[in-house]
Amino acid sequence: MAAPTEAIKEKSMILQKDMLAKQFHDLSKAKELGKKVVYTFVPGNITELILSFDMLPVYPEINALQSGMRKKSASFIKDAEKIGFSEDVCTYVKCDIGMMLNGNIGPTGEKLPSPDLLLLSYTGCFTFLKWFENLERLYPGVPVAMLHTPYQEDGQITKDQIDYMVKQLKEDVIPKMEKVSGKKYDPARLSEMMKNSAKAEDLLVKVLESAKNVPTPIDAYFAGVYYIGPIFTAFRGTTAAVEYYTELWNEVQERMRLGLGPVTPEGEIKEQKFRLVMEGPPNWTNFREFWKIFYDMGAVIVASSYTKVGGVYDLGFRHDPTEPLESLAKYCMGCYTNMNLPQRVGLIEKYVKEYKADGFLINSIKSCNSFSAGQLMIMREIEQRCGVPVGFIESDLVDPRYFSYANIKNRLESYFQMLEQRKIILKRDGIEAG
Amino acid sequence: MKSFDTILKECEALSFDLNFTHAKKWKAEKSDRILVGYLPIYVPREIIHAANGLPVGIMGSGDRKQIIKGDAYYQSYICHFPRGIIELALDKNLDNFDGFMFPAICDCVRNLSGMFKLSQKGKFQRYFDYPQNFEPQTGGVFYIQEMEKVMEDMYAINKIKVTDEKLNKAIKLYNKNRKLIEAIYAIRQQYPWRLSAVETYHILRAGIVIPVEEHNEILSQVVEYISNERGEPMDNIRVVVSGSFCEQPPVGLIKSIEMAGCYIVDDDFMLGSRWIQGDINENSNSPLSALSSAYINQSTFSSAYYDVGNPKGKRLVDLAQKRNADGVIFSAASFCDPALLDRPEMQKECDAAGIPHINFQFHENTGQFKVIKEQAGTFSDSIKLWA
Ligand code: SF4
Ligand code: SF4
Repeated sequence: MAAPTEAIKEKSMILQKDMLAKQFHDLSKAKELGKKVVYTFVPGNITELILSFDMLPVYPEINALQSGMRKKSASFIKDAEKIGFSEDVCTYVKCDIGMMLNGNIGPTGEKLPSPDLLLLSYTGCFTFLKWFENLERLYPGVPVAMLHTPYQEDGQITKDQIDYMVKQLKEDVIPKMEKVSGKKYDPARLSEMMKNSAKAEDLLVKVLESAKNVPTPIDAYFAGVYYIGPIFTAFRGTTAAVEYYTELWNEVQERMRLGLGPVTPEGEIKEQKFRLVMEGPPNWTNFREFWKIFYDMGAVIVASSYTKVGGVYDLGFRHDPTEPLESLAKYCMGCYTNMNLPQRVGLIEKYVKEYKADGFLINSIKSCNSFSAGQLMIMREIEQRCGVPVGFIESDLVDPRYFSYANIKNRLESYFQMLEQRKIILKRDGIEAG
Repeated sequence: MKSFDTILKECEALSFDLNFTHAKKWKAEKSDRILVGYLPIYVPREIIHAANGLPVGIMGSGDRKQIIKGDAYYQSYICHFPRGIIELALDKNLDNFDGFMFPAICDCVRNLSGMFKLSQKGKFQRYFDYPQNFEPQTGGVFYIQEMEKVMEDMYAINKIKVTDEKLNKAIKLYNKNRKLIEAIYAIRQQYPWRLSAVETYHILRAGIVIPVEEHNEILSQVVEYISNERGEPMDNIRVVVSGSFCEQPPVGLIKSIEMAGCYIVDDDFMLGSRWIQGDINENSNSPLSALSSAYINQSTFSSAYYDVGNPKGKRLVDLAQKRNADGVIFSAASFCDPALLDRPEMQKECDAAGIPHINFQFHENTGQFKVIKEQAGTFSDSIKLWA
């Protein structure tokens, strides 16, 4: 296989790269600058609240995925296994622990600061609990604030659940943040940030929904996680995020006007043969190779569930400056992995139909029970409800031992052949695909 | 009074009756009775009892059922437990159950609740969210709300109102149940040869599929029997087995540990029946608050629960010391994230306290125990040699 060439980048991508680099640089200087550091997670993050105290968030999963992309995860995982972590468990945790065992050097090569506060909001995944129990032991004495997010067990968010979360915010999380940061909670500032959040959210939804166009100007999975989504978490609530999404939305509109397809690391996809909806996280260790299999075959992802772990904004949720804490609670409970299985099926069904998809594909991740347990049932349901061909591949987030290029390529090729056949038959019978 | 052998045989048969015949028969006797299946680890069974229900523990299909359909629902890297449950559901073993409770212990069980919802198994499929916040005014209130949801689910079926009086009566019955179980563990601590770990396992497991009143009767008789000498003391070491709180090890595995020269003086096999430590207030004006307060303040520990502030490793060491154990055996189901993610930390605590330990992984349908037996045998020998 040819060595990957330098990726082709749009203006928004460069903007994002700069923002992320600055973020990691600020983190490396946090102690000198007197900034307090909060370790927390992406799904159900309460970034605005952290930022409203002028603290800097660190997301261990982002470090893990970056380590995966930079080919460092394999040795980190091995180091964690050496100290007793089983081969069977989530590799994000092991990668993160391995990184800490190796001096906590972040993705940009700069050392990440130790946490001043461990903020455990464990939306949609129990492994987060375990992860933080481990972090708590690695950083003895660092205060831990817990924000328990109730699951959407009935497929809805109830008032009791909101009250429970707001109470935790008021009685535990905020007092601990005040103590650590030395600042008073400022609801006006938080509301102000939420105005920015809502603006960025509007723009993000426009970008994601642009994939309803045929041809689509974006890839809602690979590009979705690569340059559309990542900025969202750490910067939500800031004017920089609004600027970034304004720029991105302008670019996407321009692409639509010109009838251009998604940007890939090797330029624009010329022919869009298959439109797919994708479920499950991507593989990070071989991200470009993985993506390439798709764009080489003319397959574009028009909607994905993974890009909704940080919020399902396309279902209408926006952070609301008039009720900031309630809105944080609703946000946490609304994230994709906190939706029950019938809701997940319903959302995917909606995507397949509204985005006129030719097929539904699952990338099942060995690490991640939160996503994977139940996926085979989701697959059956979608096949029945939508009548589109469904496909299934397996890999892992950051453990390269579980990414088999040949295997995945074979499977995908057969799957694409199946889609091709179906198109021919539908065309012959005079039925529009999708 | 039945002979001890008869009791043991009956318990063994009950524990592995995957058709839940006894429970179904109980339900058939009266039209307003309901069956509520629950998964590991713990649910407040009292509320089900008070609603004319029988809580029935569903601990998986073990090595008693061939898994054919269940495998088509789960990838190879997911533990065995849920596939056995799906197999039971598809094979109609769980027909006649009115509802199901899925305690919030891990993502597999959580998503299994959604699979039951999608396939509309039972009249309700309740994911029972435990508070991870242990403040009475926050987590305690949330827990009461969770119980109320289940009470509404049951009411919708049989229209039986749960009164304080009924709840207090149920609390009393389950207090007695836990007390008798602890009495058995206490006797076994001193005289482990009087009741083997496998026999203990059967007796406890039988208790989760029959009415508590009947189980209390059985337990009283067992306590009476083992208050007298039975069996022969052997030169065995004493171990605590930890990590099997959800997917259950096959009985052959428990037997192998014993045969290798280890008395199991404590374990987490049937942890739900022993979850609350000590009595729950049985004369309260607000029994739901009493149940909630017991959950918040008297829960034991397990990998499936958040422990910051009260670390599990330390609690395991305390338990081993209280039981005067010579060592700890970590025995977790393969692919069980909660148990396996805890293992390094728990081992570290054991090391710090000078408690030797070994570990293995199993599937509920593992059929080969040779390696485990050898490992446990070497463990036992080395402790005897160096102690
Ligand atoms: S199990 Fe999945 S959601 Fe949970 S930490 Fe691991 S990768 Fe993330
Ligand atoms: S065995 Fe472990 S991973 Fe499997 S369902 Fe039980 S707690 Fe979850």
